[in-house]
Amino acid sequence: MRAAERPADPAPTQWPARLNVVTGKGGTGKTSVAAALALALAADGRRTLLVEVEGRQGIAQLFGTDPLPYAERHLTDAPGGGEVRALAVDAEEALLEYLDMFYKLGAAGRALRKLGAIDFATTIAPGLRDVLLTGKVKEATTRKAGQRRAYDAVVLDAPPTGRIGRFLNVTAETARLAKVGPIKTQSEGVAALLRSPMTAVHVVTLLEEMPVQETVDAVAELTQLGFPVGRVIVNAARPPLPAGRPVTAAELRRGLAAAGLPADRDTVAGLAAEARDQRVRRELEDSLRGDLAELGLPLTELPLLPGGVDRAGLAELSRALVRAD
Amino acid sequence: MPSEAAAPQLDVDQILADPGVRIVVCCGAGGVGKTTTAAALALRAAEQHGRRTVVLTIDPARRLAQSLGLTELDNTPRQVKGIDVEASGGELHAMMLDMKRTFDDVVLQHTDPAKAQEIFANPFYQAMSSTFAGTQEYMAMEKLGQLHARGEWDLIVVDTPPSRSALDFLDAPARLSRFLDGRMLRLLLAPARSGGRSMFSLVTASFGMFSKVVQKVLGAQLLTDLSGFVAALDSMFGGFRQRAEQTYRILQARETAFLLVAAPEPDAVREAAYFAGRLHSERMPLAGLVLNRVHEPTVPALDAEACLAAAQRLAEAGGHDGTVDVLRAHAALVQQAQREQRVAARFTEAFPQVPAVSVTAQPADVHDVDGLRTIGAAISRP
Repeated sequence: MRAAERPADPAPTQWPARLNVVTGKGGTGKTSVAAALALALAADGRRTLLVEVEGRQGIAQLFGTDPLPYAERHLTDAPGGGEVRALAVDAEEALLEYLDMFYKLGAAGRALRKLGAIDFATTIAPGLRDVLLTGKVKEATTRKAGQRRAYDAVVLDAPPTGRIGRFLNVTAETARLAKVGPIKTQSEGVAALLRSPMTAVHVVTLLEEMPVQETVDAVAELTQLGFPVGRVIVNAARPPLPAGRPVTAAELRRGLAAAGLPADRDTVAGLAAEARDQRVRRELEDSLRGDLAELGLPLTELPLLPGGVDRAGLAELSRALVRAD
Repeated sequence: MPSEAAAPQLDVDQILADPGVRIVVCCGAGGVGKTTTAAALALRAAEQHGRRTVVLTIDPARRLAQSLGLTELDNTPRQVKGIDVEASGGELHAMMLDMKRTFDDVVLQHTDPAKAQEIFANPFYQAMSSTFAGTQEYMAMEKLGQLHARGEWDLIVVDTPPSRSALDFLDAPARLSRFLDGRMLRLLLAPARSGGRSMFSLVTASFGMFSKVVQKVLGAQLLTDLSGFVAALDSMFGGFRQRAEQTYRILQARETAFLLVAAPEPDAVREAAYFAGRLHSERMPLAGLVLNRVHEPTVPALDAEACLAAAQRLAEAGGHDGTVDVLRAHAALVQQAQREQRVAARFTEAFPQVPAVSVTAQPADVHDVDGLRTIGAAISRP
């Protein structure tokens, strides 16, 4: 049997969805988490697609590649012979592609673009823009290549928590504007996939007050809109506060002396102050962990990477995602 | 510590105290503490510099909003009570932007009530006033223009919307006013007139085609609504553009000071650098960079490698668990500080002339006036 035809191992059971939508407050690292998830799900001969929709070129920046085109391109290999491909969906391109598919516009389409008509059509109705973006994601998720699906999983680096409900709720947005026609049909198809068990929306957060608050709000909104919420992913997490009392200055002085380090008054006081700040921070983190646990969703913690998120860091995050229980 | 040496120190007190400065705009990527910074600066301007200050916030965290007495989104500045202004004689007012209401007010100002009702009922107006990408930015500018025109305040501090990109704040108004300009709308709605025999060309032909496609794809109802929307807004186009241009000129004036807000993370610093370049090319006055959430070890002389090695020795010897934890935590802090300095250096290397100030990360989140005062003092440290 040739390698390309070898049936891949089944996907890790803790990530059963075929379409993984990753959202989170700005600054929580949702692009890194989405990339790590695409990498994790591509392991052992599988193929995944990592998609971005906001024109930020976050994937290209993360991987240090040229800006991604509106085309599915090889991004990176995954351990065990897998592959991650990437796609930056552009609403204008998607509209042209869509019109071309149904109406064979050809050169006329390019002329329209020159006129700014495409830009116009996608900005006049934000709902239209979103249905084009999610429509492309749906197409990639359900596409077949021979007997097999083109992708074992699709990971969407989605808009942030503040916009995610509106972004996914395409039928409501387009229904206000288009009562009939192909756009309506299209949005209904997208809505059906997004509300099916094939999809899971994961929310990335940090153990900080505002991201946690936004996570709680987003989970409530998504649930109310009927979207299947998958996991809450705590990024850049430090382990919980160790039990036991804080170290005293005298103990610290003895410890430093035993280690052959300076044990003068300033050093001891400085280190004690650092430890105190740490403790305040950790206590807050632990209480935020409690708030997240109350959501009753599976929680996955990803470690804080001291060196920042580079390729080795991504691999580490993707291993942590697969280990999630 | 190294690295910060390149940039001149930003003195925010000098800006806040300067009677010639009437507007401070805080901009930067999402999640860098922009709103908190804006509120802290406004509080300081009132308490320390005796200025009658208003802070315009866009989307504050609930508890921060409460701390400023903003319990509802009523689009009007409310005086913040319980602050320490006895000595200075300043005042602090705060308001949260209500995007839809601001848009409605603009419509009401430019048209008669009957027409306004017609506009409010149109589905396109509803979509645009609540979801159009850029409406929030546009309305923030509009509100800023209004506050400025009223002349009631010594200083207006603006927090910019949590946009996809910080540049949206500058780009969106132009985009929206281009849209409202309606040339494209008119073309779209009147293909028959422009597509006559004498004007036949690929462009007009494809435009007729486009309009037909739009009819087919979106349905005729949509075009009718769109047409109604355009007709209703027609009288307002000039007004919209004029106001956007006015606000733009205020932003270029010497009475305005832009403060970039960032955290020492690659994305936030990249955004700040883009924005600095953009402000320069728009000839808008960039006053400096506020780098939030910077970690600074209290004992910088104790380096990470030595600490980790010592912690290892102690852990093996046993009996000093507390010290081992403290040493490891210190090593992690030193490493984090070093990484942050490398990231921040990307900005200072690109813009060595832009004054900067680092604000040490607070152990807990800020959600009361005391916390804002502490932040304000940290930003203003000599």
